[in-house]
Amino acid sequence: MIKRKRIELKAIPSASMADIAFLLLVFFLVTTTISMDKGLGMVLPAIGEEIEVNPKNITKVLINTAGQVLLDDELVSLSQLKGKIKNMLARNDKLIVSVKTTPRTKHQAYLDVIDNLRQAGAGRISIAEPDM
Amino acid sequence: MKFKARTKAKSEIPTASMPDVIFMLLVFFMVTTVLREYEGLPIVLPSAVRIEKLESRRNTAHVFVNKVGLVSIDDKRIPMSSVRNIMAVKLMDNIKIITSLKADRDTPMKIITDVHQEFRHAQTLRVNYAAKTRAL
Repeated sequence: MIKRKRIELKAIPSASMADIAFLLLVFFLVTTTISMDKGLGMVLPAIGEEIEVNPKNITKVLINTAGQVLLDDELVSLSQLKGKIKNMLARNDKLIVSVKTTPRTKHQAYLDVIDNLRQAGAGRISIAEPDM
Repeated sequence: MKFKARTKAKSEIPTASMPDVIFMLLVFFMVTTVLREYEGLPIVLPSAVRIEKLESRRNTAHVFVNKVGLVSIDDKRIPMSSVRNIMAVKLMDNIKIITSLKADRDTPMKIITDVHQEFRHAQTLRVNYAAKTRAL
């Protein structure tokens, strides 16, 4: 009888593969960040881009230093602003809202106005040069 | 006589697939995260309701502005008049760049307006005002 030599297949011990994988995982967990940057998007007008607009289609929003909002010279709260802009947009969808601030107005107040304008559905927001 | 071979049933949870699971997790983290590039300035972000996620992390420049008017881009303090040069360079590298403007909520609008002007001169017109979520 011919003895058949059994060829033993030697496998590379892969027991430590899990350890290597864990190490790599810990490295990535520690050095990276799931950056959850969120915010209000806006496109600024290019320099020198002054479009001719019909004054009837513009409504002015002013924000003073204390954060109070004037809509066409009428003091409004933020929710009133949202409601009024919604109504104005329903009547005139080409409405452009011009936002003007004073140099000392706080960024939060400005964002509150932009936020409420967005909620009201205003697509055309123009940022006016603040009075110095 | 017939002997029935008694086989002891060893019940062990097969852990041969553990490295595969770990590799999946690893690939997930490699794909969803970005290596931390900057520390930025200590600021309190403003809050807003209608906030959107940034489209693509690769295409964003992060500009920090604190309430005193210090501007920091890529962890370097930049004087206000040089912001346009830095941003112009970034625009050349990536035309689709969106700037994530992280300004403190009490920053006076004068500083924000100056930053706007710098962005307009650099032609980096797509801006995202970073804000925290706020319930309506």
